[in-house]
Amino acid sequence: MFTAERVADKKDWLSGDDGDWEVIIGLEIHAQVASKSKLFSGAATAYGAEPNTQVSLVDAAMPGMLPVVNEFCIEQAVRTGLGINAKINLFSRFDRKNYFYPDLPQGYQISQFEFPIVGEGEIEIEPEGGEAIIVGIERLHLEQDAGKSIHDLSPNETYVDLNRSGVCLMEIVSKPDMRSPEEASAYVEKIRGIVRALGTCDGDMEKGNLRADVNVSVRRPGAELGTRCELKNINSMRFIRQAINYEARRQIDIIEAGGEVDQETRLFDNAKGVTRTMRSKEDAHDYRYFPDPDLLPIEITQDFVDAIKATLPELPDARRARFVEEYSIPVYDAGILTADKAKGDFYERLAKGRDTKIAANWMMGDLFGALNKASIDLGDSPVSSDGLGGLLDLIADKTISGKIAKDVFEKMFEGGGSADEIVEREGLKQVTDMGAIEKMVQDVIDANPDQAAKVAENPRSMGWFVGQVMKASQGKANPQAVNEILRKKLGI
Amino acid sequence: MSEANTGVDAETVRKIARLSRLHVSEDRLAPLADELNGILSWIEMLGEVDVEGVEPMTSAVEMDAPMREDKVTDGNVRDKVLANAPKTEAGYFVVPRSVE
Repeated sequence: MFTAERVADKKDWLSGDDGDWEVIIGLEIHAQVASKSKLFSGAATAYGAEPNTQVSLVDAAMPGMLPVVNEFCIEQAVRTGLGINAKINLFSRFDRKNYFYPDLPQGYQISQFEFPIVGEGEIEIEPEGGEAIIVGIERLHLEQDAGKSIHDLSPNETYVDLNRSGVCLMEIVSKPDMRSPEEASAYVEKIRGIVRALGTCDGDMEKGNLRADVNVSVRRPGAELGTRCELKNINSMRFIRQAINYEARRQIDIIEAGGEVDQETRLFDNAKGVTRTMRSKEDAHDYRYFPDPDLLPIEITQDFVDAIKATLPELPDARRARFVEEYSIPVYDAGILTADKAKGDFYERLAKGRDTKIAANWMMGDLFGALNKASIDLGDSPVSSDGLGGLLDLIADKTISGKIAKDVFEKMFEGGGSADEIVEREGLKQVTDMGAIEKMVQDVIDANPDQAAKVAENPRSMGWFVGQVMKASQGKANPQAVNEILRKKLGI
Repeated sequence: MSEANTGVDAETVRKIARLSRLHVSEDRLAPLADELNGILSWIEMLGEVDVEGVEPMTSAVEMDAPMREDKVTDGNVRDKVLANAPKTEAGYFVVPRSVE
């Protein structure tokens, strides 16, 4: 049975009518394995296909069809297990979990119950505004996904698409080690970063490729565990936090009113921000697990595990630490830049031989901002690391100012060509010729004698002149040079 | 299998039948419980075998699970998949509404 020794940080306590409470959270994350074909059949797993086109007769549970294990899925489970510092079980087995639902044609889900492929592990998480904590992993097992039921195509019928039926999922079960909504979402974020770095799951929560069931209970700080409710299938970090907040408060209200929390499965309604009963305890499933007689046990060798271990990439935590060390950027920036493999790789190419801090700022500011606005993934970015690097080089050698560079970047992002080409074509080269700048400054001063006189009394008004000169130069004058010359000429 | 000794009663049969989506009429519950108890006590006999030091048998076949490569080799048989469905629409199975 689970125990939960750690008491929540006081800032995370929830106050009730007659005292404080803490919330105890455990998560089951379902992560879709990034395989091309299904766990037990050769049907495709690609997202968004026409209904029922990616279904083999195995997935449709036609009589006599037999499952054959996809070796890649076994490898990904082991890989993920190694990534969460967990024990790999050389012997594991598939069991049948029996229940009836229209989108489960077999009448059972093939899962792993008694002998999961991965046992206990642990990871460290850094919740926002809190201290780092260790979250224990109970197990990771493989199982089939079910099909998809669609309820809004007809008022009194359900439409069923089996394309997802049989797709391989890794279910990662945590210990009840989290004590706040922030810790829970930090945990999901961390697991997501790990599977993405490992390449075992794409972590796309919008497509449901990574989703979480959240177990929530409340107790007096440090006291006996309360009755838990399971909140099913939540697919965003924000919804996870919202659902936990709502559910904890709901349970506290029940207990403080003298009632008892029913152990049940609940759904989070993200439109209304509330949880509601999905199935009650009386209706709880008795899954009657038993070993699947169609499948032999999975026996892997230590050599197989070692070979996978030898190919593990650097994981986000290690990479973040290295970025801080090697590139001298803040931990926060390093965290963002190592959130997934593509970002880290992009940054390393960009920072190579350049100012690492400027590289980080441009990537996180202008590039991510533009990508976000256009809803484009970094992988499809119209500006490559070499392209952005070329722009940074022009700033570094003072060909253009940082301000002009922003405009050049926008043009690059819109497909206007390389930084060199744009600067050349539009004549944006910074004017560093002191003689030319001096003339521009003199012209502005001559045209505004009254203003010039005031600067002596109020040196801060020199900013106006800087603006005028920059304007006259169409932004191309080197701002430092303009400042220097102005100071000299205005005598301040 | 010590549970067999505690006996299967009509209520248990009703529950198992419901979980299995089998229709068992009221007058069959008690006779089925008797039959199941008979089967269970027969299985109980296995308890007499001394299995001290014998590895648990996990499969009737002494081999590892055969595995396949991760390749798309199947699917695109929607007509076959939907062939037995009482009702279909736009490539979907259509079933009685499963939520309120």
